[in-house]
Amino acid sequence: MSSPRKIPAPYYRAKTPHIIGWTECRGEQAFCRLYNIIAVLACVVLVGILLATVAFLPAFGEPGNPVGNEVPARYIEQGVQETGATNVVAGMILDYRAFDTFGEVNVLLAAACAVLILLSGHPPDAFDTLLREMEEPRHDIILQKTALLLVPMIMLFGIYVVMGGHLGPGGGFSGGAIIGASLILYASTYGTRKARRFFTLSTYENVVTLCLAFYGLAKGYVFFTGANALDSHIPLGTPGNLLSSGLILPLNVAVGLMVASTMYVFFVLFSKGSDAVDVE
Amino acid sequence: MWNNILTNYYETVAILLFGIGLVTLLLHRNLVKKIIGLNIADSAVYLFLAAKGYIRGRSVPIISGGVQDTSAYINPIPTGLILTGIVISVSVTAFALALIVSLYKQYDTLNLDEMLQIANREEE
Amino acid sequence: MIAPIEYILLTYLVIAAVAICAARNLLASIIIFTSFSVVVSVLWILLSSPDLAITEAAVGTGISSILFFVVLKRIRVMEEEHRQQEKQS
Repeated sequence: MSSPRKIPAPYYRAKTPHIIGWTECRGEQAFCRLYNIIAVLACVVLVGILLATVAFLPAFGEPGNPVGNEVPARYIEQGVQETGATNVVAGMILDYRAFDTFGEVNVLLAAACAVLILLSGHPPDAFDTLLREMEEPRHDIILQKTALLLVPMIMLFGIYVVMGGHLGPGGGFSGGAIIGASLILYASTYGTRKARRFFTLSTYENVVTLCLAFYGLAKGYVFFTGANALDSHIPLGTPGNLLSSGLILPLNVAVGLMVASTMYVFFVLFSKGSDAVDVE
Repeated sequence: MWNNILTNYYETVAILLFGIGLVTLLLHRNLVKKIIGLNIADSAVYLFLAAKGYIRGRSVPIISGGVQDTSAYINPIPTGLILTGIVISVSVTAFALALIVSLYKQYDTLNLDEMLQIANREEE
Repeated sequence: MIAPIEYILLTYLVIAAVAICAARNLLASIIIFTSFSVVVSVLWILLSSPDLAITEAAVGTGISSILFFVVLKRIRVMEEEHRQQEKQS
């Protein structure tokens, strides 16, 4: 792929009545060489400056570094009482900094919308039908039985990671990606035609709208009551139990559903034709 | 002065990786290769951030056994920032790849130079 | 105590990045990038952030690589189709 390929003949002839002159060619070559040299030089200079900066940074792994100021101390010392999550990172990103995570989920949605527009915003052409014919898998017994064994296990592991996000390592993003991977495995062994029975574009729209609306409303309520010094009436539970830490578990589930369906939609849009997620 | 370069080996490697990623992004004419270079630079930045938050001899920031002392756990803030960054980088990758597929449909090449040539000729 | 493995993994990262930059074959560079992500996710464990390790293993290694592979396959299919059209005309 990286070897220079000839520009396709019909395109060439139709659009270029004249051949490029020699001088133009040489000018372009000179420009390319200059560009390469300047790019490498700029990178070397940048790396040198950054390395000199690293030489003046505080030593790696020392407890007295300036990054360890009062903010992480507060998260660690008060985190369990205030959020109810034993995983400090989950308590941080879904409670103290939930607004940040809301923006992140919205970026994911924006990327999914852009991919949808770019890859399915036109009527299906010859490429799309060819892709769909080629990509529908043959009935491979070994592959399908193995996938039948693996898909539920991967999905179960993903659900475990999502549900245990406030107790241990994990959370909505990693668990959602694992669930999405199991969906991708199913779709690539059994074909999208079978997967389309339970997952279409309208399902995706509903899931994303519900998750984002739930996230926004729940955190909006909490921020509103918190800013006005009211009691939010959300029980925190006993730290360490599954049903604890207030809103973190439902928010993790919402984020996980959203990430899983987005990853699956990415895969389907890239691998199949433009209308592969649509209703038949 | 340069002794800290070896002490901060995580940061040094992160900077080197960032440089390599940037060179890949700038020099390669293949669009997919450019996106891989961008991903390498992303990973380098995450490595740098995580190395800043790590403290030797301390454990994972998951409260266990009721110990809530700051001196027992590493800094959790870089972890949260990187968690955000990883998801953003996969969104950006997907968007860029969609753009590349559309460009390939239009120009029938992955090479940026050929694409620019064809576009120039179309304008004339 | 765990320093030697850190040095080995960090050296591998630099070598893999250079190999990605230098590889002529696009498929090879994507596969090296996948291994790069795996090593980064091991490094997150050594930096004691398991949240990141799980996320990197699922997103960086799984989803990103799948997206790259799928795009490469799609481009190959389109190339094949174009060649056939060229032959017919």
